[in-house]
Amino acid sequence: MRIFDPHIHMTSRTTDDYQAMYASGVRALVEPSFWLGQPRTSPASFFDYFDALLGWEPFRAAQYGIAHHCTLALNPKEANDPRCAPVLDALPRYLVKDGVVAVGEIGYDSMTPAEDTALAAQLQLAADHGLPALVHTPHRDKLSGLRRTIDVVRESALDPEWVLLDHLNETTVKDAAESGSWLGFSIYPDTKMDEDRMVGVLKAHGTDKVLVNSAADWGKSDPLKTRKVADAMLAAGFGEDDVDKVLWRNPVAFYGLSGRLQLDVPAPEALHEGNSILRGGE
Amino acid sequence: MSSNPSPIHEDLAPGLDPAARAWLDAALAEAADAGSSGESDNVAAAPAAVASWELRFAAAGRHCGQEHADSVRVLLLEQARAGLATLTRLYHQGTAAERRAVLLALPHRVTGPGALPLIEDALRTNDTRLVAAAVGPYAAAHLDSHGWRHAILKCLFTGVPVAAVDDLERRAHGDAELARMLADFAAERTAAGRPVPADLHHVHHLTGEES
Repeated sequence: MRIFDPHIHMTSRTTDDYQAMYASGVRALVEPSFWLGQPRTSPASFFDYFDALLGWEPFRAAQYGIAHHCTLALNPKEANDPRCAPVLDALPRYLVKDGVVAVGEIGYDSMTPAEDTALAAQLQLAADHGLPALVHTPHRDKLSGLRRTIDVVRESALDPEWVLLDHLNETTVKDAAESGSWLGFSIYPDTKMDEDRMVGVLKAHGTDKVLVNSAADWGKSDPLKTRKVADAMLAAGFGEDDVDKVLWRNPVAFYGLSGRLQLDVPAPEALHEGNSILRGGE
Repeated sequence: MSSNPSPIHEDLAPGLDPAARAWLDAALAEAADAGSSGESDNVAAAPAAVASWELRFAAAGRHCGQEHADSVRVLLLEQARAGLATLTRLYHQGTAAERRAVLLALPHRVTGPGALPLIEDALRTNDTRLVAAAVGPYAAAHLDSHGWRHAILKCLFTGVPVAAVDDLERRAHGDAELARMLADFAAERTAAGRPVPADLHHVHHLTGEES
């Protein structure tokens, strides 16, 4: 079974996670830039983070046979801090990089005017750079946030079919599907969605344009949730081709819009004792 | 542009598909234009508009394939006659793959020791792609003894084959301090019950200071 996790924050994860993901079938992932838990106070802090997503993290992933790509953006939460807003001016020089397969995560957190500005500006940047966009839908006031997001996408230069609306659930999937965008579901241990509810959504809505991710980060989360959804799909009567479509072909098709996916990472060598890279330091 | 093919270009072109070759030809023409107008040694941290050849430099992997990206990027740097200021800026603003290309280009583009901070930066990383690119002819020519010895140890620590180290035989020969460091490292590994890298014995032998 081959799995593509289209949304996972590996910066916050350990090499044990990479190893377990590979063993579970994960061969490719996309790491969206996001809020690190501790608010940043300057653009330079973002730039070091972006550099890590284009340097060290793909290198770490490759040690475990996993192709790593990223999406870059000023995230919705920090778009509200005027000290961080200049990140928008520097994004063009990052969006041309080979490993960048979308603009993201963008979208709404608290639905403020600053978030309106950042979302519209970054949808335009995506259109300008021939990139799709990964759009986070808010955790609070979710349905009205989704509807406002869809309106902003519709008014933007970016085709809704180049947009992945993420963190959907039973209450938002219908509106999202009608917008023509791709549909992302984050499977969490306690919140967002779980694997059995995900199977229910797939039964009700089908597998077209559906992507499933672990969105694993520094919070309580599980980087193997993609595999658990695959297993739950098979147990519920879906075929292997359905699993491959949701967990591989759909994310490849969406991020492939960028023309920048490179999925041919060699299998890892036997992990030998004494290699300091694999320990992450000397 | 094609009137000035370099050996790298002649080796590279047959491996590229027609679309990639056309992309490369256009990219080299843009780089050559920048090189001949003297605009490529751009000191500004954020030029008003990014030069088109620099966008090509960033995009080389997806257009020519990862296996050709190093060669294509080095070729672009040569055609653009990128100097120390441009190389330094491209390194600091680059992905790991772009930084690697800058490191590989240094021996052809920079004569003095001015680019040593880039080598030192790469040697501080644990990214073996960067470490391997940092120990080429530029480091052999300019890195001081202390820095060079630590670069050798870094290769042994991180599993970069010392075959990547340029001019290893000459610089290692007679280096008693390097020999001591290698012996200490071997003793530390042995005390821990861990294997001593085969490359360590090879370098130790090259020092001629085995005791």
